This record gives sequence, structure tokens and C-alpha cells, in this order.
Amino acid sequence: IYQPQAVFRVRAVTRCTSSLEGHTEAVISVAFSPTGKYLASGSGDTTVRFWDLSTETPQFTAKGHRHWVLSIAWSPDGKKLASGCKNSQIFLWDPATGNQIGRVLSGHSKWITWLCWEPLHINPECRYLASASKDGSIRIWDTLMGKCEKILTSHTQSVTCVKWGGDGLLYSSSQDRTIKVWRSQDGVLCRTLQGHAHWVNTMALSTDYVLRTGAFEPAEATINPQDVSGSLAELKDKAQQRYDQVRGQEPERLVSGSDDFTLFLWRPAEDKKPLERMTGHQALINQVLFSPDTRIIASASFDKSIKLWDGRTGKYLTSLRGHVSAVYQIAWSADSRLLVSGSSDSTLKVWDAKMKKLAIDLPGHADEVYATDWSPDGQRVASGGKDKCLRM
Amino acid sequence: QPQNEYIELHRRRYGYRLDYHERKRKKEGREAHERSRKAKKMIGLKAKLYHKQRHAEKIQMKKTIKMHEKRNTKEKNDEKTPKGAVPAYLLDREGQSRAKVLSNMIKQKRKEKAGKWEVPVPKVRAQGETEVLKVIRTGKRKKKAWKRMVTKVCFVGDGFTRKPPKYERFIRPMGLRFKKAHVTHPELKATFCLPILGVKKNPSSPLYTTLGVITKGTVIEVNVSELGLVTQGGKVIWGKYAQVTNNPENDGCINAVLLV
Repeated sequence: IYQPQAVFRVRAVTRCTSSLEGHTEAVISVAFSPTGKYLASGSGDTTVRFWDLSTETPQFTAKGHRHWVLSIAWSPDGKKLASGCKNSQIFLWDPATGNQIGRVLSGHSKWITWLCWEPLHINPECRYLASASKDGSIRIWDTLMGKCEKILTSHTQSVTCVKWGGDGLLYSSSQDRTIKVWRSQDGVLCRTLQGHAHWVNTMALSTDYVLRTGAFEPAEATINPQDVSGSLAELKDKAQQRYDQVRGQEPERLVSGSDDFTLFLWRPAEDKKPLERMTGHQALINQVLFSPDTRIIASASFDKSIKLWDGRTGKYLTSLRGHVSAVYQIAWSADSRLLVSGSSDSTLKVWDAKMKKLAIDLPGHADEVYATDWSPDGQRVASGGKDKCLRM
Repeated sequence: QPQNEYIELHRRRYGYRLDYHERKRKKEGREAHERSRKAKKMIGLKAKLYHKQRHAEKIQMKKTIKMHEKRNTKEKNDEKTPKGAVPAYLLDREGQSRAKVLSNMIKQKRKEKAGKWEVPVPKVRAQGETEVLKVIRTGKRKKKAWKRMVTKVCFVGDGFTRKPPKYERFIRPMGLRFKKAHVTHPELKATFCLPILGVKKNPSSPLYTTLGVITKGTVIEVNVSELGLVTQGGKVIWGKYAQVTNNPENDGCINAVLLV
């Protein structure tokens, strides 16, 4: 069957344009803002740094955390950045000035493993933020008032990942081998998805990319990234349109990767039973990602390979081999044609999804690559690692 | 009658003096003063030895007092953040330095060649026959001693039927037969009660392996279909090896660690 590909085409990144030094410790997390205008990186030296993309120089240094900044998340409208640290505190930053917005959100007892904002089409003000922590609870914070709205406790061990779905459901995966589905309105537990035999490390929603970019349409990107403009209602409409388009008729699909070397494909809104169990990896799975057009699932694992699976049925497509050591993180380009992967052997590799082969090899880091991200307008890839520098 | 119990005997017969407890209490209270008086007056070699001993005692006392004090107060956390920042997905995992990985690989190859396998309990005390098997005397005059009874926990399969009593040499009592073991997954740190499938190897003797005797260090096979593990091909794993970590005959249960 023929399926439409994305209208625009992203050119493969071929070279390292710059190496951004500045952090004094390993760079742990890297994220582009939804429009691709700003770049933020969190590191072990407790700072979050904002980088200017047009000149590729450091812009702001946000100090405030007292321990490693473990996870960062942009709000879907690109106006706020939330960062969580190992001391279980969450800070909010303004990318335009580099200053802190509001109060410190503290309440968790152990470190923050994942942060996720409420999607734009549900609430265009981007008010609520969900945080998952090692203490097994998920807190929903009201960023305007600076306080904790709800606490969802049901997991018995650390929560590894939390994702806010577009249908009013919240998904959380944990080390106690279960995935729990909550209603985001009132925080009631809907379902528990069981089946994994070891820790569930990571989750991905089929509508992930759309929820991340909100009202920004990658096809309309310009050379100079701009902020999305328009009133709140316009933004909300646009985001809703894009979301409906990607989602289509079926409910959202969720894929989860675990330490037991397998992935499960679920339809959490409908069923407790998985659609498909995807086996084949020989070591634990570190990250899974749906391609932006939701047709392919890519899974990065510690067995040095990346496997591609069909996004709808979960059938195995191909294995991408080339790394010589564990693959840590992957990122899709906005048109779903290219995939970049960063690994502990200090290289990044760009793979062509159609030819299923290696397109370009990007060496240059001095040590393990901990985080990779592709900007939503497709112009740049940023990667950070143990050698304390960020490469573009 | 033993020689040394006359005091207790007297106490049992006649009880204590009426002022005994008060005098005892006051004497103990005076003890500190008595000690210091003696210490001041002592001279010569005796004094040297005594002072040396007392000095050591006082150091120990000061240490314990300080430890108790520390326990009650909370110390301020170190402001400096530790080095070695890792992303969230690596936090709960122990990383290995690359040099260690290579030397581990070499060591593993050598061990495999030599036929040694890595188990959680490598060395176990060998159990002699007199400990594991008890001699049962039979016959009209109880002179024949060819029967043995197993004194340790054992596992017999599902379809086990005893040999005719006249001919059975090894008796495995029903009270010592177990079907389930409490198996701990070493990484998940969770314990499951799983049915035993069989005894793979008893380190003390191959005879015990055939009999099904389970002692500390025995490798048993357990049914893990409950856990939901899957092979790369997609087939469900239903049996795995586990090693026993306690002495089941003393505890009444079999605790084992899964060999992943």
C-alpha cells in the first residue's frame, strides 16, 4: 500500500559546524525548543545553558539547581523550559532572558527522572507539567501558581517515564514492570498494563512528535527559526488540527521498551492486552521513538544495534548495525526519512530509513554521547556527552 | 552436688538480706570514687600497667559517646556536587570502566575453558555421608544396617513412587520433601515462590544429585513461566536454574537466587 510521505525533505546533517564548550561537567540532556529557535542543555555541573543558534555561541547560563540536571522539557509553545535535578527540584526558565520564572517546584523525595508538559491543543496556556520521580510518584504541577496540583501514587518502584497523551490520558512506566494509564482530568487510575518481565525503561506515543511541536508546522519552517505567533485560540486550533491529522481514526498507540530485551505495542485507550510483543534485541532497550509520521518505530539498545519496526502492527522491519558500543539515544528528522543515533562509543550515525542503511557517520566527540536531538525545523542536530561539550 | 553453687543454693533457700539491694546500689555508686582513689595512690609498675589499660578504655568510651551524639544530630549535606554525572537512564545501573570490561572478558574465557561457572555461592562446605544419611537398623535383632534415611530436604518428582519397602535402600521422608522454592531475581530484587522442576547438581556428591537432596549451594531448576521471560525468537522461557542460598533443613523453606 502506498502512503504519503512528508511534503518537505530534510537534508542529512553532514558535518559538525561547531563545538560548544561551556559546561564544566558532562552534558546530560539536550533539547531544541518546539520551533527550533532555542537550544537548551542540562549538565552535571548543575547549570542549564541556552545557546544562540544563529551564531552558535552560548547565550545564557541558568544557575539555580544544586545537583545534576537530569531532565529538561520545553513547553509546547516554546516559551518555558522546565528542568528537573537529582535533588528532586524543578525549575522553570524563560529562554528569552535566561531567568527563572516563578518559584522552585519541590515536593518529590527522590530525583526526577522525566518531565512532560500538557499538550497545546488541550490547554494553549501550557500551564500543567507532569514530573516522574524515583520515589514512585508522579506529580502534576500548576506552573502559573507554582504549586502541586495532583500526586499520582500507585507505582511501587521508580517511575522511569511519563507521557501526556493527546486524548486526556497520562501514561507512566515504572521499574515495577507495569505501565499505568491515568485520566489527566482528575488523576484517577484507568488501567494497568502488565506483561514486561523487567524494568520498563522507556515509552513512546505515536503522537509524540506532534505533541512536542504543538502549533509549529515543520513544513513551514524558514531558515531563521521564528516563534509561533497568533492568539491563544489560533494556536490551539492549529495544534488541534495537526494532532487530528496525525492521529487519524485510530486511538493513540504506545510502545514500551524494557530491560527484558523486548518491546510491547499497546493501544492503551482500548485494551489491557498488548497488540504485539517485539523481540529480537540481545540487550536492554534504552529508548524507543515513533517516527513523526507514526509509521516506523525505532528502538535503541545496549546491544549496539537499532531495530526498526512497523508503527502500526509492530512487525520487525530491519536492524541497523554499525555502532561498536551501546546506543544511548536516537532522534528522528522532521520528515521521518532520517534517524540520528548517539552511542557510548562517542560517535553519532545518521541512518536513512528508506534504504535502511548508514547515511553519514559523525565522529568527533571525545567521550560517550549521552543526549541527541534533531531540531524540529530539520536544520541542526545537537549532541552532548561526557566530554562536556555540545556539538552541532 | 557441684562445688560452686552454694551461694545460689543459700539464696534460693533463705532469700536475700533485707537491705541487700540498697547496699548493692550504693556500693555501685561509690565505685567511680573508689577507682579514682586507687588510681591516684598507685605507684610503680602496677600503676603503669593500670594507667595504660585505663587510657585505652577511656578512648573507647569517648568514641561510643561521640557516635551516639552524631546519631541524634543531622549533618549538613556537602555543598559540592559529586563528579561523574550520568543521565537519568544510566543512574540505576552500574557502569563498567572499559579496562575492566576487557579483563573480565579474558577471565570469563579462561574460566569457561577450565569448566568453572560463575555462581552466587561458589564455595560450599562439603557434607559428609554421616551428616546427610542416617543409618537405620533393621532386622529381627536390629543388626542389619544397610538402610539409610536422608536427613536433609529433598525433592522427588511428580511421578515418584517408592520402591517396595523391603528393598529400598534410601528413605526420603515425606516431611522433608519440598515442591516450591522462594527464588529471588538478583536484579529486580523481587522474590517469587516457584515450583521446582528438578535438582541439577548437588556440589557435595553426585549421589545426592541423583537422590534429589537439596542443601546449600545446590543448583536446582525452577519453573519461571510466571515471570514472563521471552527468548530472542519469541518463545517463552519456562525453566531456569537457581542456586540455593540457605540451609533448608534448618529453616523449613528453600531460598534460592536465580542464575541469570
